[in-house]
Amino acid sequence: MGARVITITSGKGGVGKTTATANLAVSLATLNKKVVCVDADIGLRNLDVVMGLENRIVYDLVDVVEGRCKLRQAMVKDKRVPDLYLLPAAQTRDKTAVSPQDMVALTDQLREDYDLILIDSPAGIEWGFRNALAPADEVIVITNPEVSAVRDADRIIGLIEAEERRIPVSLMINRVKPEMVRRGDMLSVNDVMEILSIRLLGVVPEDQEILISSNKGTPLTLEDHKTPAGEAFLNIARRVTGENVPLISLDQKGGVLRRLARMFGSSDST
Amino acid sequence: MASFLERLIGRRDPSSAELARERLKLVLVTDRSDLSPDKLERMQGEIIQVIRKYLEIDETEVAIKLEQRDRKTYLVADVPLEQDRIYKPPPKTDEDEAKP
Repeated sequence: MGARVITITSGKGGVGKTTATANLAVSLATLNKKVVCVDADIGLRNLDVVMGLENRIVYDLVDVVEGRCKLRQAMVKDKRVPDLYLLPAAQTRDKTAVSPQDMVALTDQLREDYDLILIDSPAGIEWGFRNALAPADEVIVITNPEVSAVRDADRIIGLIEAEERRIPVSLMINRVKPEMVRRGDMLSVNDVMEILSIRLLGVVPEDQEILISSNKGTPLTLEDHKTPAGEAFLNIARRVTGENVPLISLDQKGGVLRRLARMFGSSDST
Repeated sequence: MASFLERLIGRRDPSSAELARERLKLVLVTDRSDLSPDKLERMQGEIIQVIRKYLEIDETEVAIKLEQRDRKTYLVADVPLEQDRIYKPPPKTDEDEAKP
């Protein structure tokens, strides 16, 4: 069967799907996995700019589906890491140009040659989401500790669980501000877990470096210097590969655990 | 002063995160079951009617609600039976009123 296909989705837009996809893809590639990321947001493509590969696109996903080029020709190689490719979305077409069956056929072609295929799903629960879900072996749902994002995550999880085939779902909580959690002004990781009751894959703290990295088109996980969000993404990538990386709570009240964690060289975040 | 007293006896306003958590729990019950609070109330009325055919119940204390446990939704009903009816005078009916 080859590669695992992991779809990254959220329901609500703007919670960090594309940033997470880019950073996970880079992290997994630095862990020596052969990775392809597929931008399934037809008409609103963004994974290319966040990854900094926008100037190297020749063909896109719709060109492949409609037979204008071979799959290989549409894949953009990221030269900064050993084995990372981007299959960009079409920008001038709408999402109905691709069907769920097309997505399954396309990923089946890729499975043999790669370890991981990450699909960046569009927001919403309709066509584009259905396309992104169709080939998924696993789904990562991203949410923010915020009422609207958690509500939409719940809806998405419900839709995935309603699928006939059982698809494992795990949760990534993005943009957590430990200081606000401590003040009681932000839902904690535990609050979100209590409400959504699914497996927690990881927590990423709010980090200004994220915006700076997308300004530059260099995913944080490519930078030499360590950043809280970059470390968190790397930990999540390691968990995706099956490594047992313990979760460290961001919202420990006493902060003792966090200091201890830092002392032992693990990140403040998870 | 009131808030000082409240703090003194251990009561305080919930934090905004606590509000978020409670509001989310409530709205998700409706989202997951597709049962609006209004429909739930009507269902409660009908359930009470059915139970009353078989049991005397304290209608004012009936609580029928949807509850989340893990990712499952349960319909949970608390229906207290009328137990002190032996000590209460039987309810007056029109017939009673008509008696001399």
